[in-house]
Amino acid sequence: MNAAVFFQQLINGMSLGSLYALLAIGYTMVYGILRFINFAHSDIFMVGAYSAFFFIVIFRIPWPLAAALAVCFTALVGMTIDRVAYRPVRDAPRISALITAVGVSSFIENLGLVTVGARPKAFESPKFMSRVFHIGPVSITGVAIWVPIITFMLLVVMMYIVYRTKIGMAMRSVSTDIEATRLMGVDVDKVISYTFALGSALAAAGGILWACKYPRITPLMGVYPGWKAFTAAVVGGIGSIPGAMIGGFIIGLIEVMTVAFFPDLSGYRDGVIFLVLVVFLLIRPTGILGETLKEKV
Amino acid sequence: MSDKFRNTLLTIAFIAFLFFVAWLADSYLDEYVMRVVRTGLIYVTAAVSYNLINGIAGQFSLGPNGFMALGGYMVALLILPLEQKEFVWFLQPLIWPFRIFSLTKPLFPLALAIGGAAGALGALIVGVPSLRLRGDYLAIATFGFSQIIIVLANNLIPVTNGALGIKGIPEYANVYWCLTWAILTVLVISNLANSSYGRAMKSIRDDEVAAEAMGIPIFKHKLLAFVVSGFFAGVSGGLMASLITTVSPSLYSFSMTFNLLIIIVLGGLGSITGSTITAFAFTILSEALRFVESPINIGPVHIPGIAGMRMLVFSLLLVLLMVFYRQGLFGQKEISWDWVLSHFKNRDYQGVKTCPQKTDRS
Amino acid sequence: MSSKNGSILALDNVTVSFGGLLAVSDFDFTLQRGELVGLIGPNGAGKTTVFNIITGQYEPVSGKVFFRGQDITGWRPDRVTCAGIARTFQNMRLFEGLTVLDNVLVARHSKLRSSMLAAALNLPSYVKEERQAETKAMELLDRVGLVDLAHTQAGSLPYGQQRRVEIARALAADPEVLLLDEPAAGMNPEETMRLMEFICGVRDEFGLTILLIEHDMKLVMGICERIRVIDYGMSIAEGTPEEIQGNPKVISAYLGEEACDYA
Repeated sequence: MNAAVFFQQLINGMSLGSLYALLAIGYTMVYGILRFINFAHSDIFMVGAYSAFFFIVIFRIPWPLAAALAVCFTALVGMTIDRVAYRPVRDAPRISALITAVGVSSFIENLGLVTVGARPKAFESPKFMSRVFHIGPVSITGVAIWVPIITFMLLVVMMYIVYRTKIGMAMRSVSTDIEATRLMGVDVDKVISYTFALGSALAAAGGILWACKYPRITPLMGVYPGWKAFTAAVVGGIGSIPGAMIGGFIIGLIEVMTVAFFPDLSGYRDGVIFLVLVVFLLIRPTGILGETLKEKV
Repeated sequence: MSDKFRNTLLTIAFIAFLFFVAWLADSYLDEYVMRVVRTGLIYVTAAVSYNLINGIAGQFSLGPNGFMALGGYMVALLILPLEQKEFVWFLQPLIWPFRIFSLTKPLFPLALAIGGAAGALGALIVGVPSLRLRGDYLAIATFGFSQIIIVLANNLIPVTNGALGIKGIPEYANVYWCLTWAILTVLVISNLANSSYGRAMKSIRDDEVAAEAMGIPIFKHKLLAFVVSGFFAGVSGGLMASLITTVSPSLYSFSMTFNLLIIIVLGGLGSITGSTITAFAFTILSEALRFVESPINIGPVHIPGIAGMRMLVFSLLLVLLMVFYRQGLFGQKEISWDWVLSHFKNRDYQGVKTCPQKTDRS
Repeated sequence: MSSKNGSILALDNVTVSFGGLLAVSDFDFTLQRGELVGLIGPNGAGKTTVFNIITGQYEPVSGKVFFRGQDITGWRPDRVTCAGIARTFQNMRLFEGLTVLDNVLVARHSKLRSSMLAAALNLPSYVKEERQAETKAMELLDRVGLVDLAHTQAGSLPYGQQRRVEIARALAADPEVLLLDEPAAGMNPEETMRLMEFICGVRDEFGLTILLIEHDMKLVMGICERIRVIDYGMSIAEGTPEEIQGNPKVISAYLGEEACDYA
């Protein structure tokens, strides 16, 4: 393996990793606040891709506008899921919330199968995404370059919201101590709602970019990226936003490099990620940047 | 005659009655109906064993499909006839020792027991590291492990024949075997749940810290529940392999766990009676809804089948259950002989008894 | 270092911290067999933390815990309980889904010799053991006056009765040392009076050594032979009820703050 190929794989890994990072942030934000895993997040990702697809193909809306509309629509879907399914079980035992999330995830996937069918749809990505760049022996598609750049811009916006705005402060406050925040007069349900909206918007952006990279979209397209992004969130330390970003890049690189260096193991590319997930849960469940939680007796 | 002795007699009589009904059904009902009955009985075995870990011990596992896969592949490898083995693994040979022997029909129970042992061993290997985790983390770890098992099934061609799966498994899983294992599972797990060990598991479910402070080694008891559950999951996977005559990674995918989850939630987490009844109800409902997924021709009008419709209905059902009817049909209650008899004697008896003291067998 | 002067329970220079914050520091304490000792201090002083150290819920950063001369530092809680130290919890951790009788029986589980297979198959050896455990549990429920409620779900009982179930459950573990964490919390004066008699009664009947945390000063001063006061995780005084009531350090640190409790 020469340096050029390695460099190419590095770019591919970063590109894939940035998508996982976008998705991982949604998992980590919801976990940070509600201490529960939103299984349906991977399906939100799919909803994002499909809504962009329909805005472009059916309504013939220009690409950038369609993407923006799709992100807003998906954010609304995320808020609705929280309002309809998760809020009623918020005070129930944790196991109930988890079962609900499993149910919602399966509901969205099958709703997709029923309404748009299992057959893949061809996603139209904009011209600048499909151009190929040649740098010496390395050839890189526009997608591989644009995805990390757009991701980076989105992350800057997200960090601004979380760390520099009032609603972001409320989000961080709720994740530190939900009861105390409630006592301070903050409408916790509203903050949680916005958290779902923000997480879902990022997932939608991730879904659209994913569809540019892999233009065959199906109702089950979110399942594996979802688990990998979740693994990324665990690796980075679930509950930590910077952790989710770091984790995303790590998982993207592991996946790409496994296939590049060990072509025989390509059948195991999903297995490797689950192995990383399990190993991290067992050895360091708090991840790289997470904090330890001690149960009070 | 003590109550306990009376209950034992009633249980024996009831089991005899069930076998009689099975014999009647087998003689008079058609092949399709009997297939549904057998599927229902296998689901009883799988769901009751899953309820032991999720409902009784309160440890949220998302991995029973993995243990069912272990049992299913093991049984398939044991009972597949030798010539079929050569036919399936014509490119890459099947691993030793499975390529040199094949268990015949009379040894089917042995094959199932070995399948169960495979499930139990898998549960032990998965449980030792992951049962130190709690709640969501445990759920994710068990999910991860079962996905790894499925990925292995897709790739270990010399053992599993990969994504193509293994075809031509003899259909030994008749209604009597399915019924025998369903009864065994219900008896053993309800006995266990009502024993001192079961009480220890329930105490862990209710409050882990207090259970440990009362002298219960919690890890050991979680692991016991997990391994017993894995054994019966393995058996049910084996029965299913023989019923369907084909195993493939997709048979034991996460949707299997999802189905079991609906069953135990609908029946009531922790209620063996509930799981038994809803396992059957689910199987029948699932068959009844099959029509929505297959194309229908009414005269000249052609209605195409809608794939995913059944799962859509079941997912919606699961969410609605969690939001509006969390305790399920039975909550943590059981139907016992004491309850049935008192119901006959006295019509105003106050509902189903909670966690009965005397041994009860539903 | 070994245990001090044949005491039944000894804490030797124990320190516990959470994230750098000292919850209990350099704590020395001994219990003689048969004593009834009170542990008091303002809220957040570290009283429950001391219990959690003894029963193995927390592992101390430094220092050692001795039970009957044996070093039990770092033992898992279930092992500590089997060795002979049982406890109740401040926030009452009953197994709410189980019946009152089952709650008590859970504490007998560690005494069971039959294997799980024997239990699952209902073998006679197991049935006999189970019957003995049930008899013992019913005796204890009789002692706390809850026999009639044996088959009621524990979570449905009123507060005062739940406290009694918790004590019966702790006694079912056959302890030598019993740790009671605010046993009178939420009780009315009359119930508290009966609880005081009950505590003294079981101590004599079962030959127990009792350490209790309590805010109800009437109870503490009424039944404890010796009282230890802690504040900010450190011992500030020890003595008989009379000595403690007159100790200026205690008054400023503790009674000054919660004078209304004392009145």
